[in-house]
Amino acid sequence: MTQPLNTKEVATKLSQKVPGSVVQPAGEAVLVDKAHILGVATYLKEAPEFDFDFLADITGADYYDYFEVVYHLTSFNKNHRLIVKTRISERGNPTLDSVTGLWRGADFQEREIYDLMGIAFQGHPNLKRIFLWEGFVGYPLRKEYL
Amino acid sequence: MAVEKEVYSSDKLDEAEGAAIEALRTASQKVIGDPDQWLGELPAGNIFLTTLDIALDWARRSSLWPVAAFPACCAMEFMSTSASRFDISRFGMEVIRPSPRQADLMITAGTLTWKMAPQIKRIYDQMAEPRWVIAMGACGVSGGTFAQSYSVVPGYNHIVPVDVYIPGCPPRPEALLYGIQMLQKKIAKERNLSGSKKE
Repeated sequence: MTQPLNTKEVATKLSQKVPGSVVQPAGEAVLVDKAHILGVATYLKEAPEFDFDFLADITGADYYDYFEVVYHLTSFNKNHRLIVKTRISERGNPTLDSVTGLWRGADFQEREIYDLMGIAFQGHPNLKRIFLWEGFVGYPLRKEYL
Repeated sequence: MAVEKEVYSSDKLDEAEGAAIEALRTASQKVIGDPDQWLGELPAGNIFLTTLDIALDWARRSSLWPVAAFPACCAMEFMSTSASRFDISRFGMEVIRPSPRQADLMITAGTLTWKMAPQIKRIYDQMAEPRWVIAMGACGVSGGTFAQSYSVVPGYNHIVPVDVYIPGCPPRPEALLYGIQMLQKKIAKERNLSGSKKE
């Protein structure tokens, strides 16, 4: 069984390597600052003790006050997993750094989040609608839609 | 990692597709009525060919070949219907054609999204006349539980004219067979050659 990592220990290491990145260290997930998401992801992928070579999925969620983007990371070599979250408080034109450069699997998932929630992933090579068609107005999974 | 742009579809293609979907969506806001209400209004003929009509109708209703166009989950019930337990081949229907040009019945098993709608319309347009459509399941009839959704067509009758509606989510194979029999009875009443309106 793939073991979940202790979020407190991960958060301690993260704050040493990527200063100022951790917002909320404990709980089920590590909550990181949105400006540092790419640095955190790069570190978690490349550090030998984490070695997260697989991004299982990305989720977008709308909590009225903020959008939350959730990354489920898995390491096949170390057989452990970790949940990383980040929050975007801007509603008008939310942006976040893309992790497509690290994990190719993020490509379609980020497009889906962009399609349905309107979070623009910066650095994505092909950010356009995936389920809906070009010319569709609005982002249907936002709470204010309809 | 450098991602090559060539692996992605071109923006122009996507925009053309989006424009086609929007155009179809705008044009399909009204429901298309039962074909019996508007089809077959040929110039009034004065030849009476009832016997030949009976033979034609018998041939047509006894060998309805469905086209393989099943967008979603009602297709499972259709598979069950076509398998040995319910055995659709009792009606001469076991030949499910992958090519619409060889088919004369469309069983719309499943939810239809606006993005898929142009393809369904194209398949219907490619089918040779005479052709019939059975709307199978709640989504096929009216959009079902997704009727108010942003992406789902509220019933196939916005896209293609429907002859028989089968409610259910999904309909059991018995219901589908009953619907097929209703369609066969409908075909049996058709007057193809006399030029008079269908009864």
